[in-house]
Amino acid sequence: MKSYTSALNLKRFFIYAFMTILALLAVVPVYLLLINATRTNAQINAGISLIPGHNVAYNWHALTSRNFQIQQGFFNSLYIAVSSTVLSVYFSAMTAYGLHVYRFKGRNALWGLILVVMMLPASLGFIGFYQFIAKLKLLDSYIPLIIPGIAAAGTVLFLRQYLSSVLSVDLIDAARIDGAGEFRTFNTIIIPIITPALAAQCIFSFVGSWNNFFTPFVLISSVKKYTLPMLVQMLRGDIYRTEYGGIYLGIAVSIVPILIFYGFMSRFIISGITMGGIKE
Amino acid sequence: MSQKKIGNETRVNRWGYFFVLPFVIVYFLFNLYPTLYTLMLAFTNSKGFSGLSGNYVFVGMKNFSKLVQDQYFWGALSNTFVMWGWNFAPQLGIALLLSIWLSDIRLKLKGQGFFRAVIYMPNLLTAASVALLYRSLFGYPIGPVNQFLQSLDIYDIVERDGKAIREAFNFFRDVSMSRGIVAFIQWWMWYGHTVIMLMAGITSISSSLYESAVVDGANSRQTTWYITLPMLRPMMLYILVTNMIGGMQMLEIPFLLTDMRGAPDFKIRTTNVYIYNMAFQGVNDYAYAAAISIGVFIVTIILALSIFFFLQDRSELKKRV
Repeated sequence: MKSYTSALNLKRFFIYAFMTILALLAVVPVYLLLINATRTNAQINAGISLIPGHNVAYNWHALTSRNFQIQQGFFNSLYIAVSSTVLSVYFSAMTAYGLHVYRFKGRNALWGLILVVMMLPASLGFIGFYQFIAKLKLLDSYIPLIIPGIAAAGTVLFLRQYLSSVLSVDLIDAARIDGAGEFRTFNTIIIPIITPALAAQCIFSFVGSWNNFFTPFVLISSVKKYTLPMLVQMLRGDIYRTEYGGIYLGIAVSIVPILIFYGFMSRFIISGITMGGIKE
Repeated sequence: MSQKKIGNETRVNRWGYFFVLPFVIVYFLFNLYPTLYTLMLAFTNSKGFSGLSGNYVFVGMKNFSKLVQDQYFWGALSNTFVMWGWNFAPQLGIALLLSIWLSDIRLKLKGQGFFRAVIYMPNLLTAASVALLYRSLFGYPIGPVNQFLQSLDIYDIVERDGKAIREAFNFFRDVSMSRGIVAFIQWWMWYGHTVIMLMAGITSISSSLYESAVVDGANSRQTTWYITLPMLRPMMLYILVTNMIGGMQMLEIPFLLTDMRGAPDFKIRTTNVYIYNMAFQGVNDYAYAAAISIGVFIVTIILALSIFFFLQDRSELKKRV
């Protein structure tokens, strides 16, 4: 019995050591980023440090003085992410509800389509998307970054799975007997019931839009409309070659809001990844 | 799923159309139509500004015959595949170990929630920013990684004028190091997600299976080997396929890590970076970029189908026959 416990303890020790290394691997790059964002070039060149410096103000000046409108970019990203998230989650809930509750012609076909779309690689239609947007004269506009969110197959799939596990038919019938219209039932009864799932999808859809680099990078051309990842990408350029602190600070600005948000919501986000789905 | 007779009137069921209408309209307009349009473009010579404004003619299979002989396409495809593989193998291996350990009741590991939160964190970070971050960390000659290595007295040995000189590592000049860094970043961003998926899979395995195995005297290695792993098989298959499809779409990291063209020597250029290079740089060859997208799609389907074919549970297959 004793040897069994000590063997288990040894195993536990090695697992904890392994877990610590992995946790450090996840944290250290981000930590170095935050630290270096506060240090002077000389300090950064001198070596690694785990203690923050006092150079944020100068780095901020170095970053923003080169016509680098990071506040503007921040609000652009926020605007796009909020609008596309609201549209995406609301209309996905509507679609999921429609597919779950009503037996209409073409329902199974649409469901099959959604499952197929989920598996299609994102790049497949991109060239056509770009030319189509150009033809609509919507290049350099936010519309193609926001509206397509309405057809989010993954969100529909997730919400429908959730609906099928929480929604009882009696509830809908009761609402109908009370004379509530179909849309009213949806807006006043169904939406509150599925709020946890909606919140989880809001987060993923928001993060997805906030992090989206490529679509705006191809479609948007005027600097005033640049999103945050597009601005961060500009830090590769020559004008920042020697401003290491400024570069680190610029990257940090795009990451810190997510880190703060994640700090508060991590438990919910992690449970949201598998919520409703995966029933083997 | 098997509930019947909801509302039980076709009149009510017609409402379904209104509920799915926005999705259908937007999907057809911004997704299906562009995809079909891409397919069509691949058979044209749409190029440059005139090609964008609709001045092109159909050229048949010309783009595809060019594609088959294009060594840069096959090069990009193998780059993508190599970097995906170097990220996926450790990803699945480590995630499997972690998920089995974390859900082992005998081990009773503490701090699980915190640990999972920490290793999942990189997944939410902006890929563009992550690429720039690692570009700085692996900077030459004085990035933090080089500084760290030098503090351990590790240097690159470069030969100059017949003499061996100790120097900082120029990571992004070296093919295997650059590929390694891309694979590492992909792993870093994604293995936490895989751990969470696998743990959900393990949690859904009925505990009575384990209980009866323990009653029969099975130890933890045996329960892992004969219960957990076989029961996780569908989940692993799902992870493999979705990860492969996602991996073939690798874009931001290799795009922003070096020169947007997959330096060194185009060896970290993934297929998606190549599509970008063709369509949005240089001559703007939209038609050829469209052909590449379709080529990548076909390769992805072939890979996904072969994964299913080779890794599907054989016993199940026999039962069906």
